[in-house]
Amino acid sequence: MRYLPLTPDDRRDMLAVVGAADIDALFVDVPQSARRTGLVDLPPHAGELEVERRMNALARRNRAAGAGPFFCGAGAYRHHVPASVDHLIQRSEFLTSYTPYQPEIAQGTLQTLFEFQTQVAALTGLPVANASMYDGSTACAEAVMMAARVTRRRRAILSGGVHPHYDEAAHTLAHSAGIETVRLPAAIDAEDAVLAAIDADTACVVVQTPNVFGTVTDITRIAAAAKAAGALTIVVTTEAVAFGLLKSPGEMGADIAVAEGASIGVGLNFGGPYVGLFACREALTRQMPGRLCGETVDAAGERGFVLTLSTREQHIRRDKATSNICTNSGLCALAFTIHMSLLGGTGLSQLARINHARAQRLRESLSAVAGVEVLTPRFFNEFAIRLPKPADAVVEALARQDILAGVPFSRLDPSAGMDDVLLVCATETTTDEDIAAFAAALAQEIAR
Amino acid sequence: MSLASVGRPTRSEAAADSGRQGHALLQDEPLIFEVGGWDKTGVDLPEVACPLDDLAGLTRAEPLRLPGLSEPEAVRHYVRLSQKNHAIDLAIYPLGSCTMKHNPRLDEKMARLPGFADIHPLQPVSTVQGALALMDELAHWLKTLTGMPAVALSPKAGAHGELCGLLAIRAAHEARGDARKTVLVPTSAHGTNPATAALAGYGVVEIAQTADGRVDLADLEAKLHDDVAAVMVTNPNTCGLFERDVLEIARLTHAAGAYFYCDGANFNAIVGRVRPGDLGVDAMHINLHKTFSTPHGGGGPGAGPVVLSEALARHAPTPLLRHTENGFELVEHAEGEAAGALGRMCAFHGQMGMYVRALAYMMSHGADGLRQVAEDAVLNANYIKARLGGTLSVAYPGGPCMHEALFDDAWLEGSGVTTLDFAKALIDEGFHPMTMYFPLVAHGAMLIEPTETESRREIDRFCDAMLRLAEAVKARDIERFKGAPFHAPLRRLDETLAARKPRLAWTPVEAG
Repeated sequence: MRYLPLTPDDRRDMLAVVGAADIDALFVDVPQSARRTGLVDLPPHAGELEVERRMNALARRNRAAGAGPFFCGAGAYRHHVPASVDHLIQRSEFLTSYTPYQPEIAQGTLQTLFEFQTQVAALTGLPVANASMYDGSTACAEAVMMAARVTRRRRAILSGGVHPHYDEAAHTLAHSAGIETVRLPAAIDAEDAVLAAIDADTACVVVQTPNVFGTVTDITRIAAAAKAAGALTIVVTTEAVAFGLLKSPGEMGADIAVAEGASIGVGLNFGGPYVGLFACREALTRQMPGRLCGETVDAAGERGFVLTLSTREQHIRRDKATSNICTNSGLCALAFTIHMSLLGGTGLSQLARINHARAQRLRESLSAVAGVEVLTPRFFNEFAIRLPKPADAVVEALARQDILAGVPFSRLDPSAGMDDVLLVCATETTTDEDIAAFAAALAQEIAR
Repeated sequence: MSLASVGRPTRSEAAADSGRQGHALLQDEPLIFEVGGWDKTGVDLPEVACPLDDLAGLTRAEPLRLPGLSEPEAVRHYVRLSQKNHAIDLAIYPLGSCTMKHNPRLDEKMARLPGFADIHPLQPVSTVQGALALMDELAHWLKTLTGMPAVALSPKAGAHGELCGLLAIRAAHEARGDARKTVLVPTSAHGTNPATAALAGYGVVEIAQTADGRVDLADLEAKLHDDVAAVMVTNPNTCGLFERDVLEIARLTHAAGAYFYCDGANFNAIVGRVRPGDLGVDAMHINLHKTFSTPHGGGGPGAGPVVLSEALARHAPTPLLRHTENGFELVEHAEGEAAGALGRMCAFHGQMGMYVRALAYMMSHGADGLRQVAEDAVLNANYIKARLGGTLSVAYPGGPCMHEALFDDAWLEGSGVTTLDFAKALIDEGFHPMTMYFPLVAHGAMLIEPTETESRREIDRFCDAMLRLAEAVKARDIERFKGAPFHAPLRRLDETLAARKPRLAWTPVEAG
């Protein structure tokens, strides 16, 4: 077995050193009835070639996003990632290291985390960012819990523009802790409803921009109203490239910003692993979930970095911790940081403009298709359209023509009564030819 | 223009002016904010005419101030930083309870196939049948290896899996109108156990431990009553010992109407030899990044699928995978067969990239190889225990250990050297220290986990270094320990300063 270095001779000699007659003697504490003598009913070991064959056979049964026209967004976005990013994260010293518990021999990981935190702080416009969460949705759920701790209130209001999966993940976590999550009805422009819902029992309002329908919203008014009511404002962003163009959450008055960072450096991966971004105002630092990397000095006065403020965390505080999170999304955070360092602020802003331009081009083409109505009033790189037919059937029909036409809103929220709404997205990877093929096929399908 | 010329470097003036360029192959490397350029970018993007009238008042007022690097500079920056890390590819990484084993590169290659890496979670299911088949096959392996009837794949790490398991337990109690409020956790438990129980809305009561490092059955029995929702036990436990009375723990737990949650962080010690389903377990998470060797990546990503008993299966979170005559389907909403679902743990289907790696690992090892994994991991740990046991103090000396060997600091008493000093001195010997001060039940704990992927030669090398240091302790060569490490990229770091005056981001200070 290629991954196991011990030889039969090693095993025999080592058992002798241990003083055990055979390997079974080391498993004596297992109750007799639970000891399995034979092998479990699974295939035997396989060589690299054989595993590759089986994996390739499975991979071939999936339509890769890059294999043809592709317009899916709704919380996961296809972007080009420079080749050097994947090369660098496969450096042994990054890929095969552990959480940096011994800072003297983990400065590589720690310094990149410090860079990551600084980049996330700049992007979100808030001063303090943590060293990553699992993904945007779990970051959002943790933000709701944090707001309840800070305000000592037990009701969270989620805008009708929040991604329904984010709402569900927040509900799952909050429910058991006795925190109520109130989701307002799905709405393309949802903000007046949020303003009306804020009251003296509100722990936080959760607002997404660009929202799940693509609508870009200035949440300044909501943040002010929440503040006046003693509630926190949590701003969710599922498309991190938008930070390159749009007003940051901090600029608009957010107390906490959470985001899905997978657009930068990570890739689609069928939904994971991703990287959750989490930032907040300085006064809230000690209520944050997750790991924090901080600057310090070593015994010789050299600058260095360590994990810090860990008295918030499970390994110190146990049942009084701010979260149970331990392993986070370190390597994805590194990929994010490297991609961001290649882009720089200038590059990200340019990338964001390109995305916006591609989406405008998509809107032009689709709005020219008879029967299509563009619903989203102002958007970044995705928007909602209304079709004269159920969106899921149209998407299936176009998939048969090898066009992945977007995400039917009914897939996210079947109860919203929006079966005819389709969410479409364009990025820098979307070509004019892709858009033309989509528009032509859509016109044909609608007319059919 | 370099940021450093307008911002204040956060490193000390002395360090910045010393002219130190690193030593030998190890380069000094500033933060990207001190070397990058404001207007620089390492990505060539086309110019685009893009009117922004539609976003009037919604765009950034100020340009985004983040530095960029050209590709050669970025590669050099991150390669230099990487060289300041220890890694399993460099030497044994004996962190107990962390399971740092070799990461097969085949698994990395497979995870990067476009058919897995470049697919969207919300594509039509007809276009991702291979991905769903892979998830189904992974589920089959996990269920077979654990002897459990169901598995929820979506939890994103071990702690997230614990949460999923406890929420399934909560849902099962609530479905019977039996709202219980307490979870029992042994004192030796990993911190995530009590933290998860609290997050799931439960009060935590600790169970005492016996003198031989296991759950105290009498204490468990005394604390089990009709308000206890679950008992969370790690098995093999964090002392590296198998809970001999596990069947009795399960029986007592079930007799009290509670569920048995097993923390499966140490499943690597028994995989292929013991099925948790045969031990009366109701729910157990499996850290794919431990037992099935997906890389730790400096702190994640992990994956924490949870196997569930028949009693809990109907409360598994959405999405569910369903096999029909038309192929695989996803049940994404809590209706129909998912009506009892506890909800959704995260936005999509979990950690696909980790599923691919873990399944490639399992296929490579097969039923025979996985059993050998457990046997070699346990043999290596016992070998270390035997080699060091005559010099260090074994925390629980009666009988064999499982996959990790636990020592306490009784042997250091009166020497002036602490566990921390000893661990830091080990760095100067070229090794990553063992887990220190965990579990809390062993005083000054040193927890050593070699895993099955260490050769006898490497283990001997490590043991020799440990014994060499122990000799130095005996010889009262205290200086070697107190200031250690002396030869790492940095000397001992001031963690108190970091916490007292938190600097969590680099901040520029405008010149003049």
